[in-house]
Amino acid sequence: MAMFLLRRLGLMVLTLWILSLIVFFAGQILPGDPGRATLGQFASPSAVQALDHQLGVDRPLLTRYLSWLGGVLHGDFGTSYAYRSAVEPFIRAALINSIKLALLAFVIVVPLGIIGGVVAALYEGRGVDRVISVTGLSLASLPEFVTGIVVIVVFGVTLKWLPVTASAGQGSGVLSQFQHLILPAIPLVLILFGYISRMARAGTIEALNSDYTRTAVLKGLPETTVIRRHVLRNSLLPTITVIATQTGYLIGGLVVVETLFNYQGLGLLIYNAAKAKDFAMLEAGVLIIGVVYVLATLAADLLLTALNPRLRIGGSG
Amino acid sequence: MSDLGGLPSPSADPLGSLGTQTVAIAVEAPTQRVAPARWRLLLRRPTFWAGAVILVFWIVCAVFGRSFAPYNPLAQQLLAANQAPSGAHWFGTDPLGRDVLSRVITGARTILIITPLATILGTILGTALGLAMGYLGGWFDTVASRIVEAILALPFVIIAFLFVVALGNSVPTITVIIGLVFTPLIARTVRAAVLAERSLDYVPAARLLGERPARVMFAEILPNVMPAILVEFTVRLAYAVFAVATLSFLGFGVPPPTPDWGADISANYTGLLAGYWWQVLFPALAIASLVVAITLIADSIEQVLAS
Repeated sequence: MAMFLLRRLGLMVLTLWILSLIVFFAGQILPGDPGRATLGQFASPSAVQALDHQLGVDRPLLTRYLSWLGGVLHGDFGTSYAYRSAVEPFIRAALINSIKLALLAFVIVVPLGIIGGVVAALYEGRGVDRVISVTGLSLASLPEFVTGIVVIVVFGVTLKWLPVTASAGQGSGVLSQFQHLILPAIPLVLILFGYISRMARAGTIEALNSDYTRTAVLKGLPETTVIRRHVLRNSLLPTITVIATQTGYLIGGLVVVETLFNYQGLGLLIYNAAKAKDFAMLEAGVLIIGVVYVLATLAADLLLTALNPRLRIGGSG
Repeated sequence: MSDLGGLPSPSADPLGSLGTQTVAIAVEAPTQRVAPARWRLLLRRPTFWAGAVILVFWIVCAVFGRSFAPYNPLAQQLLAANQAPSGAHWFGTDPLGRDVLSRVITGARTILIITPLATILGTILGTALGLAMGYLGGWFDTVASRIVEAILALPFVIIAFLFVVALGNSVPTITVIIGLVFTPLIARTVRAAVLAERSLDYVPAARLLGERPARVMFAEILPNVMPAILVEFTVRLAYAVFAVATLSFLGFGVPPPTPDWGADISANYTGLLAGYWWQVLFPALAIASLVVAITLIADSIEQVLAS
């Protein structure tokens, strides 16, 4: 078990290191001079050079990578070119906002997706199953801005039930914040519903066809007990992994949803940073997304191992 | 899988050399014999038909749209700007007075040029990489797997977005970027399929006959992982539509005034809050119908191949 954990952690660190290389060097291929981008096209060449020097972007690439990596390891993500102040507070505020939105989406979609998948599996091959499966599949393939626009047109513009901007004003209460987040959460919910229900369906069907379920039925247990104690316990294991891996895609979707609803989260931050060629901000934002994804995957693996003793033995062997 | 296999025939193996003929026939014949029966199964699925009809409709729009669209998609009529849907303009007009219906019909072209090309590129590169990773194994596989995994830790929309910001948003650039972004995804699937094939008898047999690695990979293993690649291709095609539309929406699609669904939504989005919903809703529904159509086709193929 300890060996298994150590190997997992080692692989995680390796993945993160490669990720930092990719993120840093991808940031470097963005064209345009940060000094020029910040000061505008009418600034004098000497002022641009001075700012480049002050920002440290005129040093060799490797030196810059090492000092950037050193800073990141100490929680210092460098200085934003556009705002001329430390990146870290921006990232922190944006991350908190994105987590609020993502959490709301997860709280809605996880029970919904699992119920949908289990119901589809119990009625496998019948009308209910076809409707749930095809709907889920179609929803999962729709870009977030498409469902977002439909949601805005229906609930925001036509019915006027909910606000169409995601951010409640400064110092507004929890309830108001929540109300503003419902519409932006819906596109994320719709896209995740397809993945989660699909996995829950597959897991449930497998568990339903297993020997232990047949034994439970044959020894005369009531159907609800069989489903609750024998089927669900086993069928939900793969679903956990999917939920964790979908975190990454959820964040990808945040770029679009946050732009659509003008919500000050990590996605909008990355979008604006890329448009303003604000490398430091961009690299920090993208790296954080990678870290969140890798951590979520690790958490899913650990949870899966804790819940399923069979994997523990297989993993260390 | 093999229970549906028909009689093996010498012509069933166009790729095998004389030496490997018997081995190759034994493995390839079932897939080749079954194929027509499988495709007939596909035609019995209502979701496949629904997807195919919608897809064909958009292909017709992309190719011949300019000739049957009611108006010129580029013609501005500033006096008729922002008109709600009516008998003259079924989908209304945009802020420049252009007919939204005509722009939706002709807007199918860019996305239907970029997505298949990008997916084909990604599938070719991903297949080559996946075959090499799965067959060669060793340090090459270890290193490549780590890099693939690190890239997959980032959502593909974000990677594509970063590269489009860096390299520009012409049609060829977007095509190449989406193709490259898909390469690791497809490589991972192909690698898994190759690992399953590698332990089958025909691979060591081919190797013992002295075939070079490239030949074993492309002439022996590749035909047998083709079904998996076909499924991956159709699934990625839907993702490509997703990605291209999203990039357009974020403002990195084809430049104006070319009609493009995502770009039109991006340009007219602010009008949504002023109540001009038709300018964004109809292009959005067009994207939705295209993605769902391809997804339904992909799912049908996957189900048929799995049955």
